[in-house]
Formats: sequence, C-alpha cells, structure tokens
Amino acid sequence: MKKEMMLKALRTMYLIRMFEEHAKKMYKENLLAGSFMGALHTYIGEEAIAVGVSMWLKRDDYVFSTHRGHGHFIAKGGSLKKMLAELMGKETGCSSGKGGSMHLFDTEINFMGGNGIVGAGMPLATGAAYRARYLKTTQVSICYFGDGAASQGTFHESLNLASLWKLPVIFVCENNCYAVNTPVSETVCVKDVAQRASGYGMPGESVDGNRLLDVYAAAGRAVERARSGGGPTLLECKTYRIDPHCMVAGDTRKKEEIDKWKKRDPIQLMEKEILEENIAGAADFEKIKKGVAEDIKKAEQFALSSPLPDREKFKEAARR
Amino acid sequence: MREIKYVEAINEALMEEMEKDPQVFIIGEEVSCAGGPFRATKGLFEKFGPDRVRDAPISESGFTGLAVGAAMAGLRPVAEIMYLDFITTAMDQVINQAAKVSFMSGKQIKAPVVIRAPYGIGTREAAQHSQSLEAWFAHTPGLKVVMPSTPCDAKGLLKTSIRDDDPVIFLENRLLYFKKGPVPREEYLIPLGQADIKRKGKDITVAAISNTVPKALEAAGMLSPEIDIEIIDPRTLVPLDIEKIVSSLEKTGRLLVLHEAPERCGFGAEIIRQVTEKAFDYLDVPPRVLGGLNVPIPFSPVLEDICVPSVEDIVKEIRDILQR
Repeated sequence: MKKEMMLKALRTMYLIRMFEEHAKKMYKENLLAGSFMGALHTYIGEEAIAVGVSMWLKRDDYVFSTHRGHGHFIAKGGSLKKMLAELMGKETGCSSGKGGSMHLFDTEINFMGGNGIVGAGMPLATGAAYRARYLKTTQVSICYFGDGAASQGTFHESLNLASLWKLPVIFVCENNCYAVNTPVSETVCVKDVAQRASGYGMPGESVDGNRLLDVYAAAGRAVERARSGGGPTLLECKTYRIDPHCMVAGDTRKKEEIDKWKKRDPIQLMEKEILEENIAGAADFEKIKKGVAEDIKKAEQFALSSPLPDREKFKEAARR
Repeated sequence: MREIKYVEAINEALMEEMEKDPQVFIIGEEVSCAGGPFRATKGLFEKFGPDRVRDAPISESGFTGLAVGAAMAGLRPVAEIMYLDFITTAMDQVINQAAKVSFMSGKQIKAPVVIRAPYGIGTREAAQHSQSLEAWFAHTPGLKVVMPSTPCDAKGLLKTSIRDDDPVIFLENRLLYFKKGPVPREEYLIPLGQADIKRKGKDITVAAISNTVPKALEAAGMLSPEIDIEIIDPRTLVPLDIEKIVSSLEKTGRLLVLHEAPERCGFGAEIIRQVTEKAFDYLDVPPRVLGGLNVPIPFSPVLEDICVPSVEDIVKEIRDILQR
C-alpha cells in the first residue's frame, strides 16, 4: 500500500476512535438522546475492518450497515456533522433526526442505513447487488453483519440467492467474539463463520480483523471478484469489541480477555507498521490526531447549534 | 366492453407496466414458466426473460428482502408471495424494513416495492393457506394496502401501485381470480385512496371489502325493492377514502361493514372508529361489522364455509339493522 494511503487509513481509524470516544462522553452528559437510554453501540477496537474494506469502495458502491455503524459511516465518507446531529436527534441530522444512531442514511454516498434488526441488511444488500447486475453497472454492495447475525435465517437465504445469481455482494462478518454477552462459541456451530461459504458455493476468507493490511488485502480480492462478475464473497474479519455491547448493556466478559485484546489494538498495530516502514513518526501521529480533534469539535458545534425537529409540523403530517 | 378474468387483468397490468418501465421486475416462487399456481404471471417470462421474471427458491425473507433492497437502490420490483399466509416468514423485511426505510432515512431512500399475494378463504386448504391478514398491514405506518374486488379495479390499481413510490401490499382474493368483469382495452389507472360506489341505494351504507362485494351485490338483489342498499367498495384500505363512506351515511344513517377477516381488530373496527368520530350525528343506529369468526380456518368444507359471512348472513344482518 502506498504511504499516503497508509496515513490516510490511519487518519480514518483515528477519526472513528476519537469520534466514538467523544460520542460516549456526550452520551454520559445526556447530550445525545437525552437522559433516558438511547442507542449507542461503539465501534472501538474494530476500526481496521470498516477502513480496510472502504478503501476499495467508490461513492456509488452500496453499504448496508448494522446497529454498530458509526465506523462504517465514517469510513464510507459520511459527514461527521450530519452524523453527530443525527445522534442528537436534530433536524439537520443525516436522517433528519428520524433514524438515530442505528439508522444513519446518506444517499450521497449510498450509505443505505444501519439496521436495528440483526441480519436484516443481508437480503437488502443482496437486492442492491441485484440492481447492479440488472443494470450492468460495476457497483458492489457491502453488507456488514456480526457473529450474532451469522445464524439468522436471512444469512442463509441471502448467501444462497447471491451465489445462485452471482451477485456482486460482499458479506463482511465482523466477528467480535460476542453477541451482546453470548460468546460466538455458543452461537455458531463451526469454528469460523467463513466455513459457511462453502455450503453456499462461494469463496470464504477468514482474516485478522485487527490488522488493516490483512483486511485491505482480502477486501481487495473480494471487491475485484464482485466487480468483474465473479460473484459474492463471505469475508470474515476476526476482531474484538473493546466496549460493552452498548452504553446500557451489562458486560459479563472477563477483564483479562479485554486487556489481552487491548494489546492488539488495530490503531496501535497500524502505527507500528507505519513506524517500521519509516513513513511517519510519533510527532506526525499527534499532528493528525490534532486535526481530527478539530474536525470533531466543528461537528459538535454544528450539532449543538442545530434545531430540533418541529413537533407541530410532525404531528400535522402524521395526522394526514 | 370486453370481459376478462380478475387474474387476466392482473396479468395485463404486469405486462403493461413491465413494457413501459424497464425498472420493473418480478420475483417470486414459480413466477416463470409455471406462471404461478394461479397463472398470474403467465407469459411474462417468455417475453421478458429470467432477469426480469425471477424464480426464487423457497426463501420469503431472502427474496422479499432482496426486492426491498433492490427498490431502495432504484428498481421497481413486484414480489409475489404465493399464499399471503407465507408472508409471515418475511415479516421483518415487510414491517421493519420496507415500511420504515423512507421514514428512518428522513425520506432520502424510498422503497417502491409492490408485494402482491393471493389470499383468502374458500379453497379447502385449511388454516395456514386461507388467512385474510390485511389488518396487520393497515396497522403498520408506512405501508399502503390495496384490495380490489373486480378485474377492472385490479388492473387499474395494480398499475398505480407499481408506479407508487411507497411499499404497497396488494391483496388478490383467490375466489375472485376466475370471475370475469368488464375491463377497458385502453390504458387506465385508478388512484389509490378512492372508494367506488358499487351500487347506489338509500336505506343503508354497506362498506364491503374484496370478496364481500359480490356477496353484498347478491344480497342487494334479494333485498330489493323492499330494502335499497348502497354498497361502497373502499378498494384501498390505506389510504382510506372515508369521505365517501361519510357522505353515504349522511343519506342513509346506517352502516354495515363487511369483511372476511376475523371480526376482532379487523379493518371494520377502524372504519367504525373513523365513522364514529367523523359522522356520529349521521348515524341513526349503532354501526356494525359483519366479519369472519375469530377462529383459525378449519378444513372440513361445512365448517370452512360458515367462518365468513354468506349472502344469507348479510341479508339477515341488514334486515336486523333495519328491523324490517
């Protein structure tokens, strides 16, 4: 990978990490959905996946995301301002305040929505791929989903359809070892989700989801296959969710396990790669982070000063 | 005017819309060469090929969701559910995806999908092949619900539904499939949200849904001239043309709603709710719903037939309301 690309990838990973940390801070200050619950599922620890995949995507490639979609949105080029405004339920949010954290949408980048229903994006992503093939474009359709979704009926039906009709869809399984608090060993009957690919007649790969270069390489293969008419791929990226499932979920995972994975932080691994190749130094990393912090601050200012949706207008429209 | 069968009218609507708009495609089980068990898609595969008339494996969640996703990306799919009862396996894609994506995206993304399904009681196929589930969809904000009762209505409404940018649940009563009716040769569209007065009358307003329309017309013949009933066919449950029903009530003062779906929480309850709010002063007697029994549909034909209002039941009910 070229030097500029590696630095760009690192910057995006910082952006995701720092945005999520900032969002958590705002959530605790009741600045997001207010003082009562509200969804916030952070992507901390999984940054290499969204970034590694998205580096191959064009603006009009489709992305179908999950309830844990902030990282997908940022990596696809989504606006920080519109995302933070959406998390605050503001009129200026990317979904006009109607969707919230789990339902970010942006047609300018073909970000086709997070989804609150586990596994529901897979048939939808397959449908978008159907359109690409129907109109003979070179677009691809990315579907992110977790280990928890790999046993949902939609997974099986979608992989079968995608393979039958050789659709340009890439099923990216973010296996972060847990579905809320249930370990994947208790929900998936095989060792790797990628093994299921052979049951559906498509290539399956399982990679280290914390190493950006590994994700990048595998995603490149899958995207090339899809764009050239070679059909779908099941790409499993093994990673770990550093935070609990969400801000209000309990966490029964062991501290030793979490600490073990913290030592494999994808951002630190990427920094190490960059340092080893003499592309940049620690001072450069700080400079980049400073720029990211400024972007986040601007987004916060925008979101804080944006208006909430008009309630009377909403009621009126709903009555009609 | 020429007369064709309801199922042929559906076929013509699909043919015309697919000719007109290359974004329209069909997906469902056995929609190609078999033309479906009811042959609604007969001839379309030969004309438009496998990309546009796509046979799906038995995976309603998968292929209905595929249709929703394709619609979100800009195509105009028509997904066929072989028996409406099977839609249960695809309910998330209908309720949580299709019905909500336009709203949740702040109207950035539309889901212009039509989900059409033969439905209804009367074919001796028992509980899992006989349901009238329209109330579920009418109760879900974000969906439109269309239930035509004649070939003419079916064709015009299906064409409009395909051109509509919202997800539409298009319910085709199986017993009506082989009934013939006048259908113009020239192209025509019927707007959604426009009820149709199937029979003018003055003594009672009968709001009849789908297969209860021909039964009401037969009842009208038996009651006439002594009792003169006005039959209003809403044609679309969502959006509902309540104004036509209210105008009729101003004249008649009496309302009977007919449907085959079970009475409890059926769509009749919604019509009564709106009428009570909007036209209470017009009512001379309490409004009523005559609907299906609150039971799963039994197999034995003698039992199946008494689960929904018959012509005689309708006559009896009307006489009872009018006390004549």
